[in-house]
Amino acid sequence: MIRISIAGTGALLLDAAHGSFDQYVQERVWSVARCLATQPDILQALPGVNNLLVMFNVIEQDAVTIERRLRALWDDTFPESLPVRTIEIPVTYGGTVGEDLSEIAYFANLTEEEVIAIHVGGEYRVAAIGAMPGFPYLTGLDSRLAIPRRASPRVSVERGAVSIGGGQAGIMPCTSPTGWHILGKTDEILFDTHRAEPCLFRLGDRVRFRRIG
Amino acid sequence: MIEILTGSPLNTIQDLGRPRMMTLGVSRGGSMDPLALMAGNLLLGNSLDDAGIEVAFFPFKIRFLSDQTVAVTGAHGPARLDDIPLPPDWAVRARKGQILTLQAPTQGARRYVTFGGGLDVPVILASRSTDMKGGFGGFDGRPLQTGDRLSVFVSDDCAVPDYGYGLAHPCDLPETSITYVRCLPAAEFDTFTEESQQLFFGQLWTVSRTANRVGYRLEGEHPLSLRVPLELLSHGIVPGTVQVPSSGMPIVQMADANTCGGYPKIVNVIEPDLRLLAQTQTGQEIRFVRVELDDAVVAIRREAERMRELGPALLTARKTLLAK
Repeated sequence: MIRISIAGTGALLLDAAHGSFDQYVQERVWSVARCLATQPDILQALPGVNNLLVMFNVIEQDAVTIERRLRALWDDTFPESLPVRTIEIPVTYGGTVGEDLSEIAYFANLTEEEVIAIHVGGEYRVAAIGAMPGFPYLTGLDSRLAIPRRASPRVSVERGAVSIGGGQAGIMPCTSPTGWHILGKTDEILFDTHRAEPCLFRLGDRVRFRRIG
Repeated sequence: MIEILTGSPLNTIQDLGRPRMMTLGVSRGGSMDPLALMAGNLLLGNSLDDAGIEVAFFPFKIRFLSDQTVAVTGAHGPARLDDIPLPPDWAVRARKGQILTLQAPTQGARRYVTFGGGLDVPVILASRSTDMKGGFGGFDGRPLQTGDRLSVFVSDDCAVPDYGYGLAHPCDLPETSITYVRCLPAAEFDTFTEESQQLFFGQLWTVSRTANRVGYRLEGEHPLSLRVPLELLSHGIVPGTVQVPSSGMPIVQMADANTCGGYPKIVNVIEPDLRLLAQTQTGQEIRFVRVELDDAVVAIRREAERMRELGPALLTARKTLLAK
């Protein structure tokens, strides 16, 4: 059962989450978002993690009508797998560029080497892009490493930081505040407005981390 | 061309932002008070979405390196072109060598300086706005620094009368005592305790010192609490979303807000009142008022109509005054 709520003037949030992350629900979210993207009266459809934010012109469109359309579309849309690319991210782990590695190891009751091995061994999928330009919400993190977010966020974490937040993994595309834990660093550029496609990642991409240090 | 004489990390080039780039994780951005920016552009005969300077740190000074037309809109406060005082929401001709000085506002928080023709900076992802998080747009993706020289597009359509002219009914600003902010209940409204729901509307909230283009943190006597702890999966949020982190103190997402977040949302500030909040100075008090979506739509429509009527009216006024 989905829930639809007012998320602003001219914005509805379709929430399809029930408990933990569900890849099947996520593929349905992507399908509905793709379908809405071609509808001229929808300004934007932004997939979140098992949810979808839909924006429309509130002067021309009635929220009740849009909600009805969303429900009908959700019921009629089947999950459709996106073409999967595999993107490898080289990472330097620990030390000054992975300042929370020891804390993650302590939390998981593992050695730092074991934490790195588990992180490198995982296979991740890009569920959503958001928060900051080009930031990937990666699902597939081993539950042993699912350390809760920091009680107080760091004011500034450098671009390229490889991070863990709750059950999700991420990579910082720009220097920004974050409450996620940092276990390493990559030099890959995740977002560049000079590229034809500014985001390195697309929804559905498979991501693997490779240890370089 | 103009030269910035006083740099500050709070003064940036903005237009109407990037409302359709959220799928890249890019904030809407743009002017925190879009009505004031549009009014400045209309006074000069520009397009509504031409880029100007959002000034949030004062005093602010620029030198004109060529003859230019300029408008100052938004917050009210002392403004001078050399020694000539300028009224609020006013457009005037500036000569090469003259200096425009804006002092701290007496009412409102942000002032907009627009130029006939608009600022000539590259369009990146469909906008000239500075995205400070992403480090792109505006002038080299950063706030304006002392010594920066900005080009202005040449336009024949933006003449203003010799001594200038202005808006008879300036864009409204928040009262100095309390700013009333209308809002719609959000998805998690009912997950807050009944007491917190009443407190949210019942108590006064102070705009904290940390308020910036990303978010306005509010401080109140009694923090808000949920019935039960809540873990939400990350979801899209828009400017105006009011989140409540575990501190119990609400944060209103502003123009440079993250596009996704995970904290429980109590309400959404309606669009026309978001600009009023953006014009509320730190330390001032606000009170939330619950409205229905229909009321919000009426308020949005009224603002859009006002802008639509203002354009032709100003064009006629400018022509008449220029012909004299």
